[in-house]
Amino acid sequence: MNKQWEIVGNEGFRFFGKMNASISHEVKNILAIINEISGLLEDLTSVVEKGVPIEPERLKALAGKIQQQVRRADGIVRNMNTFAHTVDEAKKTVDVGEILAFMATLSGRLASMRGVEVQVTLSEHPVTITTNPFLLENIIWLSLDFAMGLANEEKTVRLIPEADEGGAIIRFTGLKAIPADQASRFPADGENALIQALGGKIALDQDIREIILCLPETHEQ
Amino acid sequence: MRILLIDDEAELVSTLAERLSIRGIDADWVCSGKDALKKIEGASYDIAVVDIKMPKIGGIQLKRMMAEKNPGMKFIFMTGHGSEADFRAGSEEAGADYYLVKPVDIEELMTKMKEVLEK
Repeated sequence: MNKQWEIVGNEGFRFFGKMNASISHEVKNILAIINEISGLLEDLTSVVEKGVPIEPERLKALAGKIQQQVRRADGIVRNMNTFAHTVDEAKKTVDVGEILAFMATLSGRLASMRGVEVQVTLSEHPVTITTNPFLLENIIWLSLDFAMGLANEEKTVRLIPEADEGGAIIRFTGLKAIPADQASRFPADGENALIQALGGKIALDQDIREIILCLPETHEQ
Repeated sequence: MRILLIDDEAELVSTLAERLSIRGIDADWVCSGKDALKKIEGASYDIAVVDIKMPKIGGIQLKRMMAEKNPGMKFIFMTGHGSEADFRAGSEEAGADYYLVKPVDIEELMTKMKEVLEK
């Protein structure tokens, strides 16, 4: 295996692990909430047994809260399943806007932990490319991770897909002035190996304070 | 015994607070480190039960900030994150009086709160 693909492989494992850890943390929180609500229902039953009446509305509200958490877990597990199946096809025609929206959702908790919001500004027409979806998600995550660390005072990183002659451009905006020591760290070996595997280009533009990914319309690996 | 519960999952801490109050414990709750620091300005608590992973101010940092303002306060950490061994080591390093892994067992929490105060 050559060096570039070894890096791509290692980055992929790291990315998969990071997302899975975040998802499992969120699911564990949901289980903890359901555990507390069911515990409260048990407590209320003991209270009723001691002769203190409980309003049926109170019980209905608690049942509603459990259903709400089940819906939340269902959404998370659905995203986890979509993410797991990204590796099924090494080449696929994808809507870049949809992938960005998915990545914004998938990394929502990680962004929130850093006090950052991730927004996607969709273009009027879908921007499609034929590429390796997992590698694309990986490079989007690495770029987003770096961008979140440089988010300006608005604390909102915007992902903007644009059609470009012969492919697509993804812009990561909402960055503050980039300190020289940080600028020299991006793109690092991981980003370079991934963008090379995707046949694209990556740049950190310090003048306009953006990360820019250029991706070809079709890439033969 | 007066308890402050701190976790960014509002549903979790509000329900836990209600369960503690059914058991005769005076429990307040907040959803961020910032609100916790505000809360201890106006009231005193014996124990803070703190989620270790929270946005902006994490549990370990919050513990240090709260302990500076209220040196007598005891701390119990809780988390749904990572391995129990890693969490235990991290909690001990941060000077927590006890640690809990989510989902929390309320009877264990009750027992440990009493033990922590008797220490």
